[in-house]
Amino acid sequence: MRVMVLVKATAQTEGGALPDERILTEMTKYNEELAKAGILLAAEGLQPSSKGARIRFEGKKRTVVDGPFTEAKELVAGFWLWQVRSLEEAIEWLKRAPFADGDEVEVRQVFENDDFGEAFTPELREQEERIRTQVTAKR
Amino acid sequence: MAADTHRVIETVWRMEAPRLIASLARIVRDVGTAEELAQDALVAALEQWPESGVPDKPGAWLMGTAKHRAFDLLRRRKRLDRKHEELGRELEIQQAAAPDLDASLDDHIGDDMLRLVFTACHPVLPTEARVALTLRVLGGLSTEEIARAFLVGVPTAAQRIVRAKRTLAEARVPYEVPTRDELPARLASVLEVIYLIFNEGYAATAGEDWVRPGLCEDALRLGRILAGLLPAESEVHGLVALMEIQASRLRARTGPDGQPVLLLDQDRGRWDHLLISRGLAALDRAERLGGALGTYTLQAEIAACHARAPTAGDTDWERIATLYDALAQIAPSPVVELNRAVAVGMAFGPAAGLELVDALRAEPSLRSYHLLPSVRGDLLRKLGRFAEASAEFEHAAGLTQNVRERALLVERAAACARRVQLGGA
Repeated sequence: MRVMVLVKATAQTEGGALPDERILTEMTKYNEELAKAGILLAAEGLQPSSKGARIRFEGKKRTVVDGPFTEAKELVAGFWLWQVRSLEEAIEWLKRAPFADGDEVEVRQVFENDDFGEAFTPELREQEERIRTQVTAKR
Repeated sequence: MAADTHRVIETVWRMEAPRLIASLARIVRDVGTAEELAQDALVAALEQWPESGVPDKPGAWLMGTAKHRAFDLLRRRKRLDRKHEELGRELEIQQAAAPDLDASLDDHIGDDMLRLVFTACHPVLPTEARVALTLRVLGGLSTEEIARAFLVGVPTAAQRIVRAKRTLAEARVPYEVPTRDELPARLASVLEVIYLIFNEGYAATAGEDWVRPGLCEDALRLGRILAGLLPAESEVHGLVALMEIQASRLRARTGPDGQPVLLLDQDRGRWDHLLISRGLAALDRAERLGGALGTYTLQAEIAACHARAPTAGDTDWERIATLYDALAQIAPSPVVELNRAVAVGMAFGPAAGLELVDALRAEPSLRSYHLLPSVRGDLLRKLGRFAEASAEFEHAAGLTQNVRERALLVERAAACARRVQLGGA
């Protein structure tokens, strides 16, 4: 199974300050451990929300709101994608991550097709496949 | 709450088991004993952690507890048999060399893991035993899980592991990384085991499930670990590339009712593009290391041809035919030849492919291989020879052990038979 680990934004990340060298070294070491264990699929850090935008959908109207956005705790500053055997394994790995006092990190399970169960009927699946094909065709 | 703690303990143990066993085996010089000591540490944790709580560094706790027991064992052995003095000396050396557990972990763990990999996959063991022992000591799988994965009873799986450990002990297989001279052959044995595990998951050879993806994930994980341990070995990256790219198609390989969907019919939008890009990156690493391309790297190259094609119609079949040709040069086999025939059929027309397939019909090793009649049926169908095609698909359906695949072949036979009726031929 896959999990996404969401690292929440803080005043520092939103301020655009790069982490100091000590944290950077520790994080590099931690990422190496994840890679060596064969569970790390992807890892990315995000720039502050001041360099991003939001698009709001209302009827046919599309409103673009430029960053920054204020509610730092609701913002994502980076993410990992891991392949683990269980949520417990992800949690145990996460406990070993070198985060600072007060940081909060969220781990979420990625949907696999089988998770949709009965609700994901063949017809629905077919529809989804068509949508995906269209998306690919446009690339 | 107690149940939660148990799950945490089992999870932590599973994460740590390979490192524990790898380090312990260096001390006691025997993988079987090391595995038992690691199990003892699990039992100790199950007894103590529910009371004391999970320690801050659970890995270090398990390692400390297990090493303690390992040294106790060596002392007992020494007392029991004074003649084994070298053991005692070894013990002193070990203790002197590793006063700080964490430091010793960092220094030795890479080497120890490699020793464990090469020992578990030692050619002295039969293939089945290598696979079971690898999943057990390196994958952290329980005997029950191994039994389920390979559709054998728990006693059979347990026996394979026990016998494997005994064989290693009796053959006095040294707990070492092979020398430069031995490395190519020994590495081939390791890669074979990992790819076998992957394939067992990818195309279940028997039973109801077409895919047992858990095994694919285990094999991928082992491959990635090995790539970290042996970064200069191009074939390791080649194997990882091959598995990543093949795994990228897992969710496109079965239709809504669980029936298999063949490569060229797959919805490429459902391929996992993250795994494809990881696979292509691994392939790039393999090729940058230089030297002649090995069998896994060549197979990964072939898989990459498919992965890079936006639609089935864009597939560069000429390149694939060339790559199979190269593969046949270094690893000639009837199966490779059959695959080459498919590529040639796609690149230069079904008649050219059929010529190569027909040359293989006398091959004794392919007599019960369902893909031979299946491929031949497909080429005949393309040539409009529907009656012969239908018979080949029927034949193939009788040979496969996979229920889903059989259904697909029966369906193709019936479709060809209908064309015969329509054509009045």
